[in-house]
Amino acid sequence: MTDQDYLDGNAAAGLLSEVFAVDITSAVGRCASCGDEAVVAVARVYPNDHGLVVRCSVCGDVLLVAVEERERVCIDLRGLSWLEVRPGATA
Amino acid sequence: MSTAWRVADVVAARFETPTARTLRLRIPGLSGHLAGQHVDVRLTAPDGYQAVRSYSIASALPGDELELTVEELADGEVSPYLVRGVMVGDQVEVRGPVGGWFVWRPGDLTPVQLIAGGSGVVPLMSMARAHSAAASPAPFRLLYSVRSPESVYYRDELAALARDAAAPLSVEYVYTRTAPAGWPVPAGRLTAAVLASAALPASASPTFFLCGATAFVETVSGWLVDAGHDPSRIKTERYGGIGGAS
Repeated sequence: MTDQDYLDGNAAAGLLSEVFAVDITSAVGRCASCGDEAVVAVARVYPNDHGLVVRCSVCGDVLLVAVEERERVCIDLRGLSWLEVRPGATA
Repeated sequence: MSTAWRVADVVAARFETPTARTLRLRIPGLSGHLAGQHVDVRLTAPDGYQAVRSYSIASALPGDELELTVEELADGEVSPYLVRGVMVGDQVEVRGPVGGWFVWRPGDLTPVQLIAGGSGVVPLMSMARAHSAAASPAPFRLLYSVRSPESVYYRDELAALARDAAAPLSVEYVYTRTAPAGWPVPAGRLTAAVLASAALPASASPTFFLCGATAFVETVSGWLVDAGHDPSRIKTERYGGIGGAS
């Protein structure tokens, strides 16, 4: 995988819609590592066979990891110190 | 899990180019979509192996149907089936439409500059169609960087949208490998100078929707920022040779 092998945060919208009732990609998150605040859609998404890793577009640290299996979705959000969701944004 | 997956019927299909096909899907329960959204498509092999890819919506339709345009990638797991294999009457699993950021809403009257690299034109076409369907007075421009005349999607419809008196669209092509006969400039990659002459100026405070391969998006968004455009008004969607595009 090279540094170019990533997508925008937009690409995580489908998987995250399994868990959240609102569109998380248009929510604003704060990177727990560098403090950058940005909509999730501008983060970098690295998909893999099991789900995806979302990294901060500024410092590159992991914001979110989502793993999807047949019967479950697991999401690790520890790289986000907060997430500001607009309730009107449909997933 | 996966309550979000629904079975869609393929109700129509047509080729846009020799390697790109538009599929019209009917999704029970769907009531419209936003311009710029995408859906995830899931295929399941007889042995249970599943592959999921994201495809942008090309249409701007109000009901339970939408259209995707899929470019075939020779080494793709999903796109060869969607371009060559699936037939009208077949079914595919879809999740979405999703995405609330890379979208254009008809109530937004801000000038819009669309910039497409190759098949990145797909979600921008949805915006152009929505703009026309809403008879929006918002100034709309499309700069379409494409390899050759044969690679252009939606050419006739783009020409028709440009003539739409209620909601005109300005369309400008940049041919990167082969230009049509008589084209005023030789084929070549988009440059900062061409971008500056084709795009709405920073004084118009346009919103940019930029979609293409990662290198294209990175380069063009850098030029826009250098030209004084507000980074918060530059919305990008990139596809790579991985996950979302194959």
